[in-house]
Amino acid sequence: MRKCSLDKINLVFAEIAKNAALYLPVDQNDGSAAYKKWEEGTVWSNALNTVRSPKDFFFPQTEDLMAFKVEGKNIEVMDTRSESEDFVVFGVRACDVKSFDILDRVFLTEPVDSFYGSRRQHGIIISLACTRPSETCFCKTFGIDPSEPAGDISAWKTETEIFFLANTEKGEELLNKLSALTEECDDSAVNAQKEKITAIMDKLPLKELKTDAFGGGKTNELFDAPEWAELSQSCLGCGTCTFVCPTCQCYDIKDFNTGNGVIRYRCWDSCMYSDFTKMAHGNNRLTQKERFRQRFMHKLVYFPENNDGEFSCVGCGRCLAKCPISMNIVKVMKKIGGNKSE
Amino acid sequence: MQKITREQLIDKAVALLADGTVSCVLGWSKGEFDYDVTPAMFNNEEELKANFVFNDFCGVNFSKYLVAKTQKCEGKILVFLKPCDTYSFNQLLTEHRFDREKVYAVGIPCEGMADIAKVKEICGDGISSIAFEGEKMAVTTLYEDAPVMLAANDVLAERCINCKSKKCVAFDELMGDEGNVIDSNRFDEVEKLEAMTPDERFAFWQNELSRCIRCNACRDACPACTCEKCVFDNPNSGVENKSPANSFEEKMFHIIRAFHVAGRCTDCGECSRVCPQNIPLHLLNRKFIKDMNEFYGEYQAGAEVGSRAPLVNYTTEDLEPGEVFDRRDTDA
Repeated sequence: MRKCSLDKINLVFAEIAKNAALYLPVDQNDGSAAYKKWEEGTVWSNALNTVRSPKDFFFPQTEDLMAFKVEGKNIEVMDTRSESEDFVVFGVRACDVKSFDILDRVFLTEPVDSFYGSRRQHGIIISLACTRPSETCFCKTFGIDPSEPAGDISAWKTETEIFFLANTEKGEELLNKLSALTEECDDSAVNAQKEKITAIMDKLPLKELKTDAFGGGKTNELFDAPEWAELSQSCLGCGTCTFVCPTCQCYDIKDFNTGNGVIRYRCWDSCMYSDFTKMAHGNNRLTQKERFRQRFMHKLVYFPENNDGEFSCVGCGRCLAKCPISMNIVKVMKKIGGNKSE
Repeated sequence: MQKITREQLIDKAVALLADGTVSCVLGWSKGEFDYDVTPAMFNNEEELKANFVFNDFCGVNFSKYLVAKTQKCEGKILVFLKPCDTYSFNQLLTEHRFDREKVYAVGIPCEGMADIAKVKEICGDGISSIAFEGEKMAVTTLYEDAPVMLAANDVLAERCINCKSKKCVAFDELMGDEGNVIDSNRFDEVEKLEAMTPDERFAFWQNELSRCIRCNACRDACPACTCEKCVFDNPNSGVENKSPANSFEEKMFHIIRAFHVAGRCTDCGECSRVCPQNIPLHLLNRKFIKDMNEFYGEYQAGAEVGSRAPLVNYTTEDLEPGEVFDRRDTDA
């Protein structure tokens, strides 16, 4: 383990940015935080987390796949790939680091998504242990420990210092480059920090939330649960929950007519939208109840069924904070799970 | 803090259910925390007593819900409308979007709603409880032993700071006073934008709209956006998109939407309330309202049922389109 005084954090950032683009949470005018590219003068945010999740770094909201140039009867196919930048994402919370494992299961199993895969190869994750979890946090429900964030390098912050521990070869290599700015240390300060975090975790209002009622094999039991109607009754059908979610990974592929050609791009899609997975025969989910149910069945039943029991929620709490009508996965789990376990 | 209480509203609802005036109630249902309330239908006293809430976080405008709910509910729906909601209610009636006979509207006074983001700005994250004590809000967090006492003005939502009217303009019954239209400073921010050079203004909107994640929450919450099928959701329209192919398209979405609701937008502020990226979308609509007031005389959408908005009402007094261009030239 190595440490460095927070006074020198900008020197650390500058060192990292010498070899790769460095992204980190930065405060915005509206009071929220967002990942921005570091440059001299950029101030690292103290916010617990960003509104948009860091999934953008590997699976951007919009991504050009290829382009066609049309001249008369000739069509030229053009390579538009751009995912070759080496980059480091700094300050990723434990929940969001876990979301990359979930996305990996989707995009890195055969057939491998080479766009995502390429970005994963080019990216290094420096995680950061939480110090002040929010009431909306429930990562523990999914077995995530915010005091032990994964990533290529794990980091812990105290009032005055920051501690780094490399977990992978990539992380080791990067940490070695920071050796002039950091010093070797034992893990006593980090252990004290972990204890503090654990004590807070025991006070969180959602600490009792359980996944027992969900998981693979529950489709028949839960699909027609009467509670879906009530839970979805006020859903606006907007895509906020899906777009702030670090694990939602559905996308659509579309052609944009440029006038003399076509840009074929993919963009995030949302199961909340009326034209989601629309096919020649029409739409297989005609009501908002069905679309709403799809989102939660996917995260809590279908995904674990196909992925060794892994749920596709990390308890980051973004959907709790951002849903315009405050309906979210916690309310779904309590209503449906609560009734089933009685 | 709200003067009308949860108990008063429940008593009213129970009485109207009991005498058969209404068969169900559209109200606010309590959530996991003291601030996250969800719109819900209540069918009886038991449900009301268990889950109905009314407090400073009940900002949702129920008017738009009536479009769908009136088609599903047998009998009349009781809806509680805050003054700003009543304007949307009237506007939807003007556009024949729901059956007035299927609604029993109770107008309730509103002291302004709180913005949880402002509460968190002051008290920090990790809110464990919010209690309402007279004129104060007591906010307890996981990190401090003593609650932080907040005054209503400390955490008032932006749209409520610039409230245009405390008057209920539509109701079958009132609880409390009818209220008055008030002088607001709601055009101040628009004037600031007008005072910018075109380049500055472009940069302002570029910065704001570039944060858009195209979740459509603004559209889906907007009481003026009630098209059965939005052009942006229709794959056959040629302009449908789920996220922008480029930054021009993003601006196009918001500008088209602002044009589409021009003259019909009551300035309820739901668009900005629901935006997960805190984009001040209401300023686009307010600019239109201000321009229409200046070009065609004062007009408030939803102030009454059946009024003709300036943009769909020809009069010989109307200004010539050329005058708008003249004004533009002197602006910058």
